[in-house]
Amino acid sequence: MNARLLAGVATRIAPTYDQHLALHGPLDPRGDLTDELDRAGLRGRGGAAFPTGTKLRAVAEAGGRPLVVANAVEGEPVSGKDRALLRVAPHLVLDGAVAACRALGARDAIVAIGDRTGRERAMVEAAIAQRGRKDGRVTLRTAAVESRFVAGEETALVRALGGREAKPSLKPPYPFERGLDGAPTLVANAETLAHVALIARFGAGWFRSAGTSESPGTALVTIGGAVVQPGVHEIELGTTLDQVLEQTGGANEAVQAILVGGYFGRWVTPAKARELRLTPDVLGAGAIVVLPAGVCAFAECARVLAYLAEESAGQCGPCVHGLRAIADTMSAPGEPDRRRRLEQLAALVDRRGACRHPDGAAGFLRSALDAFADEFAAHVRRGRCGARDARVLPIVGRRQR
Amino acid sequence: MRALRVDPIACDGRGLCAELIPERITLDEWGYPIVDPAPLTPSLQRHAERAVAACPMLALRLGWIDSTEGRAGSRSRRR
Repeated sequence: MNARLLAGVATRIAPTYDQHLALHGPLDPRGDLTDELDRAGLRGRGGAAFPTGTKLRAVAEAGGRPLVVANAVEGEPVSGKDRALLRVAPHLVLDGAVAACRALGARDAIVAIGDRTGRERAMVEAAIAQRGRKDGRVTLRTAAVESRFVAGEETALVRALGGREAKPSLKPPYPFERGLDGAPTLVANAETLAHVALIARFGAGWFRSAGTSESPGTALVTIGGAVVQPGVHEIELGTTLDQVLEQTGGANEAVQAILVGGYFGRWVTPAKARELRLTPDVLGAGAIVVLPAGVCAFAECARVLAYLAEESAGQCGPCVHGLRAIADTMSAPGEPDRRRRLEQLAALVDRRGACRHPDGAAGFLRSALDAFADEFAAHVRRGRCGARDARVLPIVGRRQR
Repeated sequence: MRALRVDPIACDGRGLCAELIPERITLDEWGYPIVDPAPLTPSLQRHAERAVAACPMLALRLGWIDSTEGRAGSRSRRR
């Protein structure tokens, strides 16, 4: 597969605007971008895998002058692909935002970045300056929002950009109906917009020449844990997890399990990795972590679940109480009914918040109970399993923010 | 068809709703309502309206069943 988003990325130095244009050609979309996105079958790369063409159409049909927000907040601790994209190909993201603005008649595009990633923000600012701030009638700017897990959720992001706390609000209204300053707002993941930039140039047929007919195109993944080459890689959609690990250098230890889709994702056993095809639904925000054998999976999951409880926006009762109860149950030693209690709590929080945070935590917990049934049982029997707590899955503490 | 729906952000877990329409709302172990999204039968309609009116947080709503999703959604009143 030829790299698309990461094409020409030989060094970690961002290309100038001239170099970018020399590499990809001018942004001169032919025909209707929304129709082209529909034909391309592009789905969002921020986690929800929503069809991008459908989202653009919804914004266009909402009426009024819309806004475009490139979402590069990436609060997921195991994901780094959007920040990497801003470092190595900021103009692709900006092109995608400009193309979306032109298609929607929007005049303002905002690249939203977490406030802990000042370096990427400076790089995007430099890229905007190279384009002369304005691109035709479109004004480009960056904005920093609080780097926290829920800040990338689209209603939380819109609120944060409006100067309020980065907490989700009840939908409807969706941002495409009423977003920033009440305007219909297209909130699209940074990588999604980079794909838009290339589809605008080369069309749906070209986009579909990679991937499968069901899941066309390429995607960025952040691979971490026990692998030879941790970092951001571009993969062809529809490839199996096993193939992707092999193509990106492979594991450097015996593999216990693989987390696909970050902290709202699923645990996959090495045997299942041969069958699991990576589609936007499965990939979520594209984070893959390889857990080596001999590491305590229970301790890893307990830490992530405690983190997700901390990261609740604190607005919805079932999320606040339920995620705390899950975290407490994980750390309570030797409770014989722990498995049943955890299953019960997962059901109690699922779909009971304004956003998908509790659903994500419930999904992670259920998949952990499924993949690590023996480890969980050992912890119930003995309070521990004997394996070491290697802290493979990173979390971001409040003090580090 | 109409159905009950709770705004989980506004909801404070006072629990009045579960007393007024136990056929559709039970409380979880923390006192927050678990709402059955099934359409309201005509005989439940009045109880549902009373529960909506009684919510001190204005968190309980009567929505319309969204035919595409099969789930309750509040009817949008835009513009």
